[in-house]
Formats: sequence, structure tokens, C-alpha cells
Amino acid sequence: MQIHISLDDGVPIYLQIVNQIKYLVASGRLISGEQLPPVRKLAEQLLVNPNTVARAYRELESARVLSTRRGAGVYVCDAGSPLNRRERNKILNERIDILLTESRQMNIDIEDVIKLLRQRSRLIK
Amino acid sequence: MNDNTIEISHVRRQFGKTVALDDVSLNVPQGIVMGLIGENGAGKTTLIKHALGLLKAKTGGVRVFGLDPVADPVGVLGRIGYLSEDRDLPEWMRVGELMRYSRPFYPDWDQAYAEELRETFELDSDQKIKTLSKGQRARTALLVALAHRPDLLLLDEPSTGLDPIVRRDIISAIIRTIAEEGRTVLLSSHLVDEVERVADSVAIIHHGEMVLTDSVDNIKEAHHRLTLRFHEPQAGAPQLPGALSCVGGPLEWTFLCNGQIDQLKEAAKTLDAHVVEQSTPTLEDIFIARVKSKAS
Repeated sequence: MQIHISLDDGVPIYLQIVNQIKYLVASGRLISGEQLPPVRKLAEQLLVNPNTVARAYRELESARVLSTRRGAGVYVCDAGSPLNRRERNKILNERIDILLTESRQMNIDIEDVIKLLRQRSRLIK
Repeated sequence: MNDNTIEISHVRRQFGKTVALDDVSLNVPQGIVMGLIGENGAGKTTLIKHALGLLKAKTGGVRVFGLDPVADPVGVLGRIGYLSEDRDLPEWMRVGELMRYSRPFYPDWDQAYAEELRETFELDSDQKIKTLSKGQRARTALLVALAHRPDLLLLDEPSTGLDPIVRRDIISAIIRTIAEEGRTVLLSSHLVDEVERVADSVAIIHHGEMVLTDSVDNIKEAHHRLTLRFHEPQAGAPQLPGALSCVGGPLEWTFLCNGQIDQLKEAAKTLDAHVVEQSTPTLEDIFIARVKSKAS
């Protein structure tokens, strides 16, 4: 599982882990039912405090992205559930807000932004 | 029996004319990883030596596991894994001999685990300590500190002066130890980035004074980097309440501030400025700003 922690980010480490796992699930790189590494292992991999990983896993469990099976490990929840769709939209909304802010600062009209979106979509086939 | 593994209260320590520690207090709760950060000469090693009973507090008190380490060294030291800054090891011994020599000092020495560590650290049992590289010395010293599965790990600059590969190994070994329950860690370092990864809480010490002690989360939530754009060009650095540092000008100024973000934004408005950029500084940025602003 490819997660990268950046200290320059400003975002707390546990939240970086949460966001990246949400992204991996939403983009299909972590599939439903797939097992995640145990807290210790991920902590060693990322070179961070195990409490930080545990906190991230707890948040993801509350958000119903992950579920813990007693004694058997941590797994990705069913991707088809409405909650995960909500998560996917949330991630997209964050990116859309960045795009909208920048285009506004550059005085680019919303209609032009939509035109650009369609153009790029055709190019990235 | 309270749940602080280390309790240091109002300790003052002077070496000749130099005040190494000035009214320093620090509590390290059980199971916490506490990072002690400060410049070289700030007092980190002096503080750790008090916890070990190597230095006796003339003013103030020191309790480790509820005991006085000076009065009861046996009760305390057998439960501590200590990595000294200079990796103090007997030069003439071989690695294997050092392991056999250390074992009787620690009732909880786990020989199988010690061997496992030796293999993980790629240390040759027959190699003489005086021929070890810097990284191998650090790993050897860390092996002895970890092998008895101590309740308290005291690490003085564990990865300082080591190349990136060895640093990774050392941090990795420390993290594996942390994952075992109930262990308390106090590590001192001037590598703030590493501390930020590994520590639950941080104590910043500067010129023998404790500047700030809090959880890493709290510290990061309470500090912000704000770029303000002023209506009018400012001749000198604008006075923003809570600001620890300030660069820029004449229209845009970037501050590293301590405070609540809403209050800071309000303060910006009263100065006839608005926030154009906002980010969370790294722990290292916060450390530098706090220490510099204390100096001025």
C-alpha cells in the first residue's frame, strides 16, 4: 500500500494517512475486502508513531471506510456503500474548490472552465 | 502510584558559572513518547542525566517510576534502556562479549531477543567495538538498551551524526519498541523532523529553560503561518498579536503566529489587512520561531 507522509504538508500525519487511504479506496487501488497492514507494520513502513496509525485506522473505521475483524485484521469495507460514494464526492469537491479558486483569481469565467474540462477529458482517453 | 514515569520538578543545575538547567520541570506519563528538542548545549543531556541519577538535583526533585534514581539506582536503572550521546562502550570488548557482560545488570534481559536484534542490526558477535563504524556503534549501544525490554527508554540524540540509512534503521527499531505496550520513551534530538514523526508530546528546551511542553497535535493546532496583504505599504514589521516571526514587506508580510486562527484573522482586519495565504508550519519551523522570539 503506497502511502507517503510529508512533514512539510502542515496536515497532521494521522489525517494524511486517513486522506490517502480514502483516496486509494475511492480510486479502486484498494478494493473492498482487501486487508490492510496491521498498525505496527504500517507504522514501521511510514516511520511514524504507531499511535498515529492507530488513530487514522480508528477514524477510517468511524467513517465506515475500514472495518476491524476481531483478531483477524483490518479490511476495506464494501466499496458500493453510499457512504463511500459520499467520500468520493468529498474528495472531488476538494479538488474542484482548488480549481475554482485559482480560475477566479485568474479571472477565468466558469463557462470557460467547463470548456477546458471537456477538452482535457477528450485528451485523456 | 501515579502514572508519570518521569517527574522532574523545579530542577536547577549549575556548572561553575553556567546555568545548565533553570527551574526545569517535566512530566513524562507512562506509555508516552516524549521528544526533548533543543539546540546543542540547551540542557537536554543534563536533564537526561538527572533522570538516570548520574547527576543529583541540589534544588528540586526527580522521580522515576516513583523512586529517586540517586537513592535507589538498582530499583530504577534495571528498568531503563539508556543510549548515551557518545555511545559509551568498552572499546576492547567484542560485540558478543558486551552482550554477555550487560546481561546480569538487567533482570529482564531477553537473550533470544538480543540475538534477534543483533541479526537485524547486522552486527558481528566477534567484532571488536573499537573497530565498529559510527553507525554500528549506535546500533550496538541501542541493542544493549533494548534487549531487556525496558519500561523506560532514554535516548540521547539516537540518530544524530548518522547517515540516512542508519538513521532509518534506528528509528525503525525505536518504533517497533514503541508498538510494544506500556513502554515510555524520552528521546532528545535536534533533528526535529524525526521527533515530529515519532513523538506524542514534545518539550522544547532553550538555554536551560523549558520553553514549551505539549502534545504535537496541540502545538500544531496552535501555530499558523499567515501571509497578510496590507492596504498600505508598511515601513516596518507590522505588530500582529501572537506573532513569533515576521518576514516580507512592504505590502505582503508572512507571520508565524501562536493563537486561534479566528482571533488572528480578526486582528489582521483591525490592522487593515487580509489573509491571502494560510498554512500549518512544521514542528521545526515552530521550534525555530519560538526559540528565536525568546532570545529577542
